[in-house]
Amino acid sequence: MANWFNNFFRREKAAAAPAPVLRSSRALVPAVDISPDDPVIAHFQNSPGVIELEKLNLDSPGVRAMKSAGVKVVVPLVSQGELVGLLNLGPRLSEQDYSTDDYGLLNTLATQASPALRVAQLVRQQQAAALARERMEQELRVARLIQQTLLPKQVPDIPGYQIAVLYQPARAVGGDFYDFIELPEGRFALIVGDVTDKGVPAALVMATTRAILRGAATRFSDPGEVLAHVNDLLCPDIPPNMFVTCLYAVLDPRAGTIKFANAGHDLPYRRIDGGVNELRATGMPLGLLPGMTYEEKETTLNDGETILFYSDGIVEAHNPEKEMFGFPRLMGLVAGHRGGAALIEYLQNELRKFTGADWEQEDDVTMMTLTRTSIPNGHSKSAGARKESQTLAQFSLPSQPGNERDAMKRVAEALQPLQLPSARLEKLKTAVAEATMNALEHGNKYRAELPVNIIVMASDDDVTVKISDQGGDAEMPTPETPDIDAKLAGLQSPRGWGLFLIKNLVDEMNVTTDQQQHTVELILRRKED
Amino acid sequence: MADTLLETSVRQENGTAVIELKGEIDKLSEDALNRAYAQATQMKPASVLLNFKNVEYINSTGIALIVTLMAQARKSGVKFIAAGLSDHYMEIFKITRLSDFMTIYPDEATALKSK
Repeated sequence: MANWFNNFFRREKAAAAPAPVLRSSRALVPAVDISPDDPVIAHFQNSPGVIELEKLNLDSPGVRAMKSAGVKVVVPLVSQGELVGLLNLGPRLSEQDYSTDDYGLLNTLATQASPALRVAQLVRQQQAAALARERMEQELRVARLIQQTLLPKQVPDIPGYQIAVLYQPARAVGGDFYDFIELPEGRFALIVGDVTDKGVPAALVMATTRAILRGAATRFSDPGEVLAHVNDLLCPDIPPNMFVTCLYAVLDPRAGTIKFANAGHDLPYRRIDGGVNELRATGMPLGLLPGMTYEEKETTLNDGETILFYSDGIVEAHNPEKEMFGFPRLMGLVAGHRGGAALIEYLQNELRKFTGADWEQEDDVTMMTLTRTSIPNGHSKSAGARKESQTLAQFSLPSQPGNERDAMKRVAEALQPLQLPSARLEKLKTAVAEATMNALEHGNKYRAELPVNIIVMASDDDVTVKISDQGGDAEMPTPETPDIDAKLAGLQSPRGWGLFLIKNLVDEMNVTTDQQQHTVELILRRKED
Repeated sequence: MADTLLETSVRQENGTAVIELKGEIDKLSEDALNRAYAQATQMKPASVLLNFKNVEYINSTGIALIVTLMAQARKSGVKFIAAGLSDHYMEIFKITRLSDFMTIYPDEATALKSK
């Protein structure tokens, strides 16, 4: 009978959803857009019943558009005072005018159609909302899956140490992560990090960061270098406005030392006898600017001491009064606890007490404790004795002949404040020169671009010098025991004294080899036995 | 040839060829040391004395060079004498047992007098 166009729209959705559009089942007229602020909308809403467009005297772009689209009669569909649609009719196919009966029929139709249309709209909205929710849940599931797949399944078992972790993700899945990496020479990297942002983007950046970290950890032995490298690789690819904070610590279980560097992450706390201190090292978060350097620090974990690594999820938690948990509170709680793995449960309880039961966790909460439970390998000392090892110098030399003299000189300079007995110092110097020469010649084959890395450390009792070359891929030759008689008789090469000398000049020599490097560790007691 | 940090001078004292060494004995010293020793043996001495008084550094390669000279001396029946070793290098000569195969005097004068 008539060309009639059904038109769904809701005013409050008009800004986001497409503006009202005329749709024709027979496509006789083009679609008409009515802007949500068009005065005709208010008119339609307040004028139930059939409207003849010709008689409508309103300065309205919508009316002009409808007229030019051929609409003759409009019936607003109003449900509970709300305009939910329009019934638009073109001219009668018979070309006669609409009759009073027609209007009556249209009014009845509108009255019945309006609530039905409203219901249909609501159902559709519900479905859309459910779909969006489902999509978001799905996204969170993905984010959680990425995160949980990549987090370590278990903590490493290190004799003499205890490691415990709590990882409590927020519903929205923040970007917290932690990792353990087994390194050469029995060392372990302990990592705690936090990606800004939440959900899938954070999870993806976390996965990338973790992969780069794992690569860098095996290539570089110094935490500062590891972070600098990760930063440089992350910078070009990280989405804008995102970055990663990360604390990277390397535990040497035998020495009890922790070397660490920090890319803008919350400072770990060390629970010591009678208090707490911060492990402070400066550095920018990862992914902000390339070419950053990261300060590196070393400390010794004494028997019974605990280090707490954590993310900002705990310190930035709020209580119902909008008060923040904060660093001072955390530090105080750590200081007041006896330490060990139980510290985590204690802090978790304190956090729960603080936030109350109805806390909607805002961010991931991660806590990791590292506790030294005993001094392994019979190194234990008499009660009260403390073995605090300090790095005195750390440097690299290019692999050029003669550089062992440099090594000798610089080690001697570094040890100068210790005032070692000169006979001891001379022995160590010769041992350093020999070990460095081996590193330059045999390890690095005098390839100038390969560095020999030297670290000088001292504790109350010992001096330790570590000399590493980059020749880890080749087995270190087992030296012939030099036999002076055979050498003098011309039966053995006159050479081959290096390792033998080193062994006999220092109190302890340890050689370790991994895929990258050889490290010779020279240990000399500071006093004659 | 790379620059050696070893200076040598050779002279004869009563049938002993004295090689005075100054500087460092390492890989780079090989030629200088061998030349000095050849010069000394040309004197057909009964003994060769190496004076280490002014030697600051001997590394394992230097030890090997000394061992080579000792082997030559032994072959040609020349007595090998060392003098002027610092405490540290004395210790190293003991560790390597070089000291078992040469006579060591605290200084050159004592060595020459003792003959």
